[in-house]
Amino acid sequence: MDLQDLRLLAPEIVFILFALILLLLDLMVKRKEVIALTGLVGVGISAYINYRLVKMGWLGGVLQDVFLFDGYSNFFKLIFYINLVLTILISLRYMKIEQTSYGEYYCLLFFATSGMMIMASAGDLIVLYLGLELMALSTYVLAGIIRRQRRSAEAAMKYFFLGAFSSAFLLYGIAIVYGLTGTTHLKGIASGLHELGLLNNPITLLGLVFFIIAFGFKIALVPFHMWAPDVYEGAPTSVTAFMSVGPKAAGFAVIGRVFFDAFAELDIQWSAILVPLAILTMATGSILALSQRNIKRMLAYSSIAHAGYAILGIITGTAEGLVSTMNYLMIYTFMNIGAFSVVILLRREDLLGEDLEDYAGLSKEHPVAAALMLIFMFSLTGIPPTAGFIAKFYVFMEAIYSGYVPLVIVAVLFSVVSAFFYLRVVMYMYMKEPGERVELSMSGGMGIALTITTIMVILLGIYPSLLLEFVRASVLG
Amino acid sequence: MLILIPLLPFIAFLINILFGRRFIRDRAHYVSIPAVVGSFILSVGAFMDVLDGRVINVNLYEWVISGSFVVPVGFLIDQLTAIMLIVVTSISSLIFIYSVGYMHGDRGYYRFFAYLSLFVFSMLVLVMSNNFLLLYFGWEAVGLCSYLLIGFWYERPSASNAGKKAFIVNRFGDFGFGLGIILIFLTFGSLEYLKVFSEAGSILGQKTSIFGLEVETITLICLLLFCGAVGKSAQIPLHVWLPDAMEGPTPVSALIHAATMVTAGVFMVARCNPLFNLSHTAMTTVAVVGGVTAIFAASIGLVQNDIKRIIAYSTVSQLGYMFLALGVGAYTAGIFHLYTHAYFKALLFLGSGSVIHALHDEMNIQRMGGLKRYMPITYWTFVIASLSISGIPGLAGFFSKDEILYRTFLGGGTGKILWVLGTIAALMTAFYSFRLIYLAFHGDFRGSEEQLRHVHESPPVMTIPLILLAIGAIAAGWVGIPSIFMEHGDRIGEFLAPVLGRPEAEGAHSTEVMVMTLSVIVSIIGILMAYIMYVKKTDLPERMGSALRPIYTMLYNKYWFDEFYHVTIVRPVLRASEKVFLGFFDGRIIEGVVNGVPDLIGSFSQRFRRIQTGLLSSYGLIMVLGAIIIIWAVIFSR
Repeated sequence: MDLQDLRLLAPEIVFILFALILLLLDLMVKRKEVIALTGLVGVGISAYINYRLVKMGWLGGVLQDVFLFDGYSNFFKLIFYINLVLTILISLRYMKIEQTSYGEYYCLLFFATSGMMIMASAGDLIVLYLGLELMALSTYVLAGIIRRQRRSAEAAMKYFFLGAFSSAFLLYGIAIVYGLTGTTHLKGIASGLHELGLLNNPITLLGLVFFIIAFGFKIALVPFHMWAPDVYEGAPTSVTAFMSVGPKAAGFAVIGRVFFDAFAELDIQWSAILVPLAILTMATGSILALSQRNIKRMLAYSSIAHAGYAILGIITGTAEGLVSTMNYLMIYTFMNIGAFSVVILLRREDLLGEDLEDYAGLSKEHPVAAALMLIFMFSLTGIPPTAGFIAKFYVFMEAIYSGYVPLVIVAVLFSVVSAFFYLRVVMYMYMKEPGERVELSMSGGMGIALTITTIMVILLGIYPSLLLEFVRASVLG
Repeated sequence: MLILIPLLPFIAFLINILFGRRFIRDRAHYVSIPAVVGSFILSVGAFMDVLDGRVINVNLYEWVISGSFVVPVGFLIDQLTAIMLIVVTSISSLIFIYSVGYMHGDRGYYRFFAYLSLFVFSMLVLVMSNNFLLLYFGWEAVGLCSYLLIGFWYERPSASNAGKKAFIVNRFGDFGFGLGIILIFLTFGSLEYLKVFSEAGSILGQKTSIFGLEVETITLICLLLFCGAVGKSAQIPLHVWLPDAMEGPTPVSALIHAATMVTAGVFMVARCNPLFNLSHTAMTTVAVVGGVTAIFAASIGLVQNDIKRIIAYSTVSQLGYMFLALGVGAYTAGIFHLYTHAYFKALLFLGSGSVIHALHDEMNIQRMGGLKRYMPITYWTFVIASLSISGIPGLAGFFSKDEILYRTFLGGGTGKILWVLGTIAALMTAFYSFRLIYLAFHGDFRGSEEQLRHVHESPPVMTIPLILLAIGAIAAGWVGIPSIFMEHGDRIGEFLAPVLGRPEAEGAHSTEVMVMTLSVIVSIIGILMAYIMYVKKTDLPERMGSALRPIYTMLYNKYWFDEFYHVTIVRPVLRASEKVFLGFFDGRIIEGVVNGVPDLIGSFSQRFRRIQTGLLSSYGLIMVLGAIIIIWAVIFSR
């Protein structure tokens, strides 16, 4: 083993170090702002190291390629960094309002993110599993961090049990594949399946199905999505924002990695399985969101539907398709956290601010907040010139090029359905009379987060090649 | 540098909209005026470049690229765009300055300048685009600004209704326009002007079938595009929104609803001349719609009493002239008239604004009179603009209008008929313009004592733009002097020839002199008639009104167009959607319409929702069932 290789692990090492520092810091300082700020510094350092490593061209694998430091993993790490920074920024004031200012909150965010980073880099199923569990265990706790709240605790419980259930599927899948090929190494699996003539073996397909179930759970693919609405609604809103982006992106990262590396030759098979699941996911997400009056729950179903659109790029089985999915995820990060930020803005000590009615007449009282929500809702619907349009446009185009025209028609139809519930929020804000006067829980961090997300949603809408070229470069080299 | 031309007003918009309410408030013009003046200076630079023969066509970047589907964002600065740039930025600059006086003290001062800046940005994008998609973006954006500014005083129900009307009427036209652009893409596989125009000839004879009806593709494209122009440029039958749009502040009427936005349709058709040239049917349609609108709107203008509405109908009529020119293939004449019209029409509106301002929002010319004494600058500039629009020799309007009538006359059999319409419309134009002047500025004041006491000339910040525009209304036409007066006098024609081509038919000099003399005589008759009726024999209008009661009523009611639409379109639609709208407001149908359109999805949603029981065991069960079904489907059903 070459110790030199370990420097490629530096971003993760620094990250975990900072997670521990945050935990210790909590014992020493009273002000939670200090912890959050230290956390931001940690993200900055880790991201900077990552950036330098890429700049110096030290891409490659560590320890016989069980850990891959490549463009693909770095792109996902960028999503995780952004996700974490935005979450910290919107959490500060919010956690105080929830009277849940625990230092371990930030520490857990860090551990969860480390897990995601490891998942994105995993070149071996065991490493992948470790990362996935690190992420999952941390998010279970995060979901239940408001201990005195019943719905928060309930969310954590459900998430934990069902998550454990899905982990079982994953382990079964790993075991089956190991049994067949004698390796857990992704590249090794690919060559093993090919050389041993196992491509048409039903047991191989069984293993593949188990992977789809386990990863489908993480990205809330129907019918493995049941946890999502309850958990998203019950968890603290900042955690919901975090969970609706990070673990989902990490799930997509491992799907891309495992399917495109280990099961590359079975692409027809996994596409065939994913097509009905994608349709079910878009349908369930869009249709069930219609009857929600709780905005968090509505956004939960919305995020289920978005997974259905994003998976179209994977279904194509082409590198360009993968690019379009990654492009989708980055844009989704900005617009979804943006939308959740506005939800948090409405949360006060004496008001949940989660009901649709709470948005009535918002444009009259708080025109800026309403305008931002309008932008995010437009983007989630996919109306140009917001980034959401670009995201959908590219996955749809890639699916069309790969011959999935009927699937795209279905997707467009469900996009139209989804316009009803997104634009309903807009209608409440702009066409209804305001109820009682509402103060916003504005803060500096929140202001920064909203500025970043808004600018990105608009900028990527009018200048999409900015991101797209970057994604292309990370995947295609 | 070129990108700054639209960008400066956009930055001004951002600054005003973001910081206007709290920090800038009544200093908004310090942000917006330098921005548009900056754009103007840069536009002059761009114009000089083009004059030197440097046509610029750059793609800034590709907005979306996916296989063969490429949509670039880029600018095309050629002769046509250069003229439009000068018109838009010069008039905007003057009107921005004027607004400082006119909008002084308004509650939404910063908002006004923000929207106006956004409008200038959108209009510049519209004229500078090098492809249909960006054109469409600018097209919709100016529509949005127009809507925002018509309804600027949204507390007045009439203003917000007028805004809605403009928006909805334009939907009809824009629907066709959008379809036209889609058809262009399907036919040519590109949206870039130069690519589309260079390949236009190759699709001649190609047919498209709509509902089993075979139509020439090129004709269909042109007619669909023209739909958009009819809406935006307020031609029959979609002209109804423009007079109502006068509910907006007067500078808005001058800039958007006279000088610039409404001419976007004319610009677009001229821009697409390589397409229109290929379709005789489309050209004839354009000419006929233009000619009919010219005389039709002018006739309504004869009897109106609202000062701004008279000028609004005059705008509709003059736009008709421009389309008439385009339709007979005299694109240069159309653009020439667009350019001169911008100056004298903006001047007329700003002048009427000056009057309205002095009389505290009085708009009825029957309650004015004798203002000449109190407002000499407004009066004289108004007279210059009216002489110009009437086509009195030497002034801007004379040259451009004459060119149009002459070209129409040369345009064959249909041309002769349209020429007669145009000449009658010219008579009417002269008449209503001077009717307005005699009623408002001559005779005795017929308003209240209170108003008379406060009548005053407007402050310099308003009168200086008037004077500058008056210079334009006199001199703007001197770039297009017919060759019978001066060799190479038609400089604008030569300048635009690379883009718009040259009219083919050339008539004898004697024909041109004949047409010209006739139109001058007609104009003078119009002015004289107005003089006799409103200065000499002031009881005559009354007597004529009762003698010709049916005609008068018809004109006064604008041919009942609004009533017709109300009965055939508005009321049925309202009745059909009454339930929906009522529900919208009491909140019940939100469940019904938004939650459950179609109802099916709503009930679906409710039913499936029950699966989400909240029970952990049932969630686990569903996961397992899902897994079993997939495994069964994948492995055992092979």
